[in-house]
Amino acid sequence: MRAAALLSVLAVATALAACEREARRFETTVPSPGASAPESPRVGALQPATPQQGGVKLSTVSQGPYEGNAFAVNQGKRLFRWYNCNGCHAMGGGSIGPALMDDQWKYGSSSSAIFASIMQGRPEGMPSFGGHITDDQAWQIVAYVRSMSGQLRKDVEPSRGDTLSGGEPEVARKPEKPRPADPPPQPPVGSR
Amino acid sequence: MKRLGSLAGAWITLLGLGLPATAQLPPDDGQWLRPAKDYASTRFSGLDQVHERNASQLKLAFSFSTGVVRGHEAAPIVAGGTMYIVGPYPNTLFALDLTKPGAPLKWTFDPKPDPSAKGVACCDLVNRGAAYADGRVFFNTLDNQTLAVDAATGKELWRAKLGEIKLGESMTMAPLVVKDKVLVGNSGGEFGVRGWLTALDAATGRIVWRAFSTGPDKDALIGPNFKPFYAQDRGADLGVSSWPPDAWKIGGGNAWGWISYDPALDLIYYGTGNPGPWNPEQRPGDNKWTSGVFARKPDTGEAIWYYQYSPHDLHDYDGVNEHVLIDANLAGQPRKLLVHPDRNGHVYLIDRTTGQVLSANAFVPVTTSSGVDLQTGRLRYNPDKEPRAGETIRNICPASPGGKDWQPSAWSPRTGLLYIPHQNLCQDAETSQVSYIAGTPFVGADIKMNPGPGGSRGLFTAWDPLTGKKAWSIAEHFPVWSGALATAGDVVFYGTMDGWFKAVSAKTGTLLWQYKTASGIIGQPIAYRGPDGNEYIAVLSGIGGWAGAVVAGNLDTRDGTAAGGFANAMKDLKAATTLGGMLYVFALPPAGVR
Repeated sequence: MRAAALLSVLAVATALAACEREARRFETTVPSPGASAPESPRVGALQPATPQQGGVKLSTVSQGPYEGNAFAVNQGKRLFRWYNCNGCHAMGGGSIGPALMDDQWKYGSSSSAIFASIMQGRPEGMPSFGGHITDDQAWQIVAYVRSMSGQLRKDVEPSRGDTLSGGEPEVARKPEKPRPADPPPQPPVGSR
Repeated sequence: MKRLGSLAGAWITLLGLGLPATAQLPPDDGQWLRPAKDYASTRFSGLDQVHERNASQLKLAFSFSTGVVRGHEAAPIVAGGTMYIVGPYPNTLFALDLTKPGAPLKWTFDPKPDPSAKGVACCDLVNRGAAYADGRVFFNTLDNQTLAVDAATGKELWRAKLGEIKLGESMTMAPLVVKDKVLVGNSGGEFGVRGWLTALDAATGRIVWRAFSTGPDKDALIGPNFKPFYAQDRGADLGVSSWPPDAWKIGGGNAWGWISYDPALDLIYYGTGNPGPWNPEQRPGDNKWTSGVFARKPDTGEAIWYYQYSPHDLHDYDGVNEHVLIDANLAGQPRKLLVHPDRNGHVYLIDRTTGQVLSANAFVPVTTSSGVDLQTGRLRYNPDKEPRAGETIRNICPASPGGKDWQPSAWSPRTGLLYIPHQNLCQDAETSQVSYIAGTPFVGADIKMNPGPGGSRGLFTAWDPLTGKKAWSIAEHFPVWSGALATAGDVVFYGTMDGWFKAVSAKTGTLLWQYKTASGIIGQPIAYRGPDGNEYIAVLSGIGGWAGAVVAGNLDTRDGTAAGGFANAMKDLKAATTLGGMLYVFALPPAGVR
């Protein structure tokens, strides 16, 4: 009886995960910080296209909304090329910018840390994309970036690309143990 | 080429020095004032204390750490009793006192460039060297500044901000001082940066002229005296009409390489970089004036002639490699010539008065073209290797860094040979549409490079430019990414990416001596006469550059497309060398001690 109950619970959980894996959303599940939320300064001196004034709003959650959503991860993979992220980070091995498929994370490997790196930029060349792309697109890119070093579930990570293959696809990479380990989650910025 | 074949024995001498045609070489002043040594860009030292029979006795005289562990591509500069070294970002300038034992530090100058510049440097954080003239040292910083520093005191005299990192622009080249002007150019061919060469007043840093590599004639300083040799280069505003509308504004053609100068003709020669983006389907047309060579008047910048090595470049074949100015007899006629080993795999012999191509012979296996049509001057492309978006094109030879990249060759007037450090790589590539987003890379190509035919990724080739034939060649495991040095002792020097500094016979290529430095060598070796009268050989060791980016940037080679596809061909480099940044100076005993 117990085994059957456990099985059915598992089945429901799997079904739910599968639903999430396939889900298409028109709006991000992460609530927008809102106009009153505090702004954080841009850290990178560079911005893509026409520079904007002012700071950026950082994540109100530590976990990104798309970690289990294969569709969003693949959208992130597409946007990673559209916004020329690949021009600096290649297919994860790096070029002008650092590799993203290895275990080394200068500015943290958590989704909120990667979100901050994209939006604020970083002092040694990473442009500040805050205000230039939507939060939703940034979260899709964050999920894809985490897939590059195998941080997501295998059924979510991309299994093939549309371009010349740089090496093993994301799903075939062994999960890296990020170094240094991320600090314990901070209280969300501007949480309500 | 046959008509030139019988002239292989023709004696040759340097021009650029304004000498009459004579086999007698001018006495060497023992200095090394600019990376190419002389205006003719020979990298030939007239010193012969070190020669074929005693080079094996070379010993380390002293060493010096720059404190930076990125790619060291610069040539040390020697003026009077002082050596000047500019390092990779943060581009610190060091002066070493050669008159004292161990060459202690005389002064240090920190230009404090913007760290964000690291985000727009395509190929590691390199700098190709400083230049000395009239008591001043000139150099560029990665964040687009040209500086003049007092050579005696290390005090800043002026700085000129010439470009904008926010648009992806950077500077890595070594200035050339001609008369009272400092000539500098920008980098950024992978960021859709419009290329230019600029002349600054050496005394003040004021911009005297700027010649763009794309756009209307008035921007390219093309006027009534512009007389290109070939018909396709004649016409109004070709820098606009050979592009889709407005594409010239983001079209590259950066002058990030070398400049030569002929005082007799009063012409400077320099190459222009690749057009942007790499994906050629986004820029139909010849894309003038990218991937070619300009001859200009140094006083005004006005263009005199232009020749395009790679019209509508398909594979990132920049035209920026060195132009070595030599004089030789061809068919009984003394000719003023220019020799240029291009990325597209051919060594060009060009009449530097007119821009006529006299020969262009392949020095590496080439699949992308079948040579140059000497009637029209056009490179004959192989349509099979033309990129088509969404399709993987395989066995593109040479690969994007070309048969040879920035690493400058040396010319010996004694042997009549050009010593070419280069690579032997092919690649698979797939292009795709790319959006121009200012300040981000504008490339549109995924690439994986592989060793070329024969398997050795590097070659050091002695080339006879008059016959258009190889004299000898040395196979190296890794691309030979260092410069070359030729000396009157008939010894030629170069370094390898796994850290060996080598002396070989100029006549035969026989290895005479080698020394293992701490890191891979991609710097430019030089020779100078020290205050003690002895000949010294100096080179910077420190792995990096495009070829060494996998080590310099700690890239992950599981992704073969990393480092613009170079990672695929350099998966074993991390096991062969580690980061470094060190000057090594050698001499015969007793000056050389270790």
